[in-house]
Amino acid sequence: MKVQGKVFKYGSNVDTDVIIPARFLNTTSEKELASHCMVDIDPSFTEKVQAGDIIVAEDNFGCGSSREHAPIAIKASGISCVIASTFARIFYRNAINIGLPIVESPQAAANISAGDSVEVDFETGKITNLSTGASFTGQPFPPFIESIIQAGGLLNKIKNIK
Amino acid sequence: MGMTMSQKILAKKAGLASVAAGQLIEANLDMVLANDITAPVAIKEYKKAGLDSIFDKSKVALVMDHFTPNKDIKAAEQCKYVREFACNKEIKNFFDVGEMGIEHALLPEQGLVGAGDLVIGADSHTCTYGALGAFSTGVGSTDMAAGMATGKCWFKVPAAIKFVLIGKPAKYIGGKDIILHIIGLIGVDGALYKSMEFAGDGLAYLSIDDRLTIANMAIEAGAKNGIFPVDKVTLDYLEGRYKGKIEIFEADADAEYDSTYTIDLASLRPTVAFPHLPENTHTIDEVGEIKIHQSVIGSCTNGRISDLRQAAEVLKGKKVAKGVRTIIFPATQEIYLQALKEGLLEIFVKAGAAVSTPTCGPCLGGHMGILAQGERAVATTNRNFVGRMGHTESEVYLASPYVAAASAVLGRLAGPEEVLKGEA
Repeated sequence: MKVQGKVFKYGSNVDTDVIIPARFLNTTSEKELASHCMVDIDPSFTEKVQAGDIIVAEDNFGCGSSREHAPIAIKASGISCVIASTFARIFYRNAINIGLPIVESPQAAANISAGDSVEVDFETGKITNLSTGASFTGQPFPPFIESIIQAGGLLNKIKNIK
Repeated sequence: MGMTMSQKILAKKAGLASVAAGQLIEANLDMVLANDITAPVAIKEYKKAGLDSIFDKSKVALVMDHFTPNKDIKAAEQCKYVREFACNKEIKNFFDVGEMGIEHALLPEQGLVGAGDLVIGADSHTCTYGALGAFSTGVGSTDMAAGMATGKCWFKVPAAIKFVLIGKPAKYIGGKDIILHIIGLIGVDGALYKSMEFAGDGLAYLSIDDRLTIANMAIEAGAKNGIFPVDKVTLDYLEGRYKGKIEIFEADADAEYDSTYTIDLASLRPTVAFPHLPENTHTIDEVGEIKIHQSVIGSCTNGRISDLRQAAEVLKGKKVAKGVRTIIFPATQEIYLQALKEGLLEIFVKAGAAVSTPTCGPCLGGHMGILAQGERAVATTNRNFVGRMGHTESEVYLASPYVAAASAVLGRLAGPEEVLKGEA
């Protein structure tokens, strides 16, 4: 599967409080969470984001609170993939568990700018910056994590086993 | 090759003779936790996936502590959703207003977590229980839902960093200063994906409350867990309280650590983390003149009885400065009652502080102490991210209860020595 979209670029230590501030956590509605996505770091994000767009960030993306509302809000905003140099571990698990595609690639994070057009091929792990022509390879998932993604998330995997 | 303490617990719970860093395992859980923000998502996903079973009704804890007593209609609806689920599934450890406390103070106090346990919780500060010699880590709602149904969770076995604590901390230096110093040293991703394992002769000087504060903030260095060896301090705390069976794990002598830091506790000064990351640390001697508008004393990090005693030591017979809203949150009902019996609450009220029922409220900018644009708070909480306690242009300075209380009295960031000089 391939995705392609325009890039929203952020720096290091983007925490889940700025992805979805706690004042909006009194709901589980995906649509409502998406309507506040990134509001405390990028107030125009929700107006600008288009289905398929890609977030690229530097180190430790999704640090802080374990709130699964953060990857839910990003996914429900239409973001097709998050690329970062590194992810905070709880965000990493949550993204996989809910089926938000994520890729670790320090090279891609360093060589992609805001507004670039980027393509990600999940089968080969190849990330292409269509605006510059440069391409990078993301870290492949271990087979066990790949099996969660293939099942469509952790709970589907558990259900299939049962 | 030997295993770290964390690896030994994971190996045992996975039914394996040994594990190594990087290995993916599935392990059996001793406790699965969620709160009024994360449980609704977990329950929704659990129902959506058609799950029905609970692996053990006594090994699931649901604590209504974040937006409670309910801050608005939506928060009330979320608690109602969890309450009905807990009732329907006969979840034994469901804690509602009146008996609830802040989850990471409540679970140890109620004896629901202890040495040798493997715990996951849909709250990042679940790493707190490492203070008791448990492997305990924060996860999301979906992991929690799966754990609640099956009693199992997958883990990538972490590598570890060892922190050798030596020497005796000076008066006014506690767990908060130690962990802030360490985060300042290694950074907010300094322990990413790893265990923080604590050791050294300095541990003998750290109370269980100090250790809970330190383990609580392991996540602020990106760690998967923080863990303390089990010693007399731990066993004294668990005795007569912990409902499970104590199992003591020790790191092997030849366990491998990615790095080792030696921290001389005697050299530490009261430490403050400046906005907007917990790694931006300064000693109290370096802070300069920083005026504050609010002081928050409490949270899962520093809302325990020893924290309240420290605040009271500073506030006794004093008044908080005009213009500093001082809000004190005992973390559980038991702590509240103890503070009442010891006369601490009277000291707080006479000093001009507001005393609240237990809630996570202000720490995460939920309710009960939100900051306006341009306002500054000193807080004994755990995060000072942009907008964490309110407006995106407000600021949070993280510090110990001693510093938060002294700052409340002087109206600016200050250490306890400045308020208590000549009184000791």
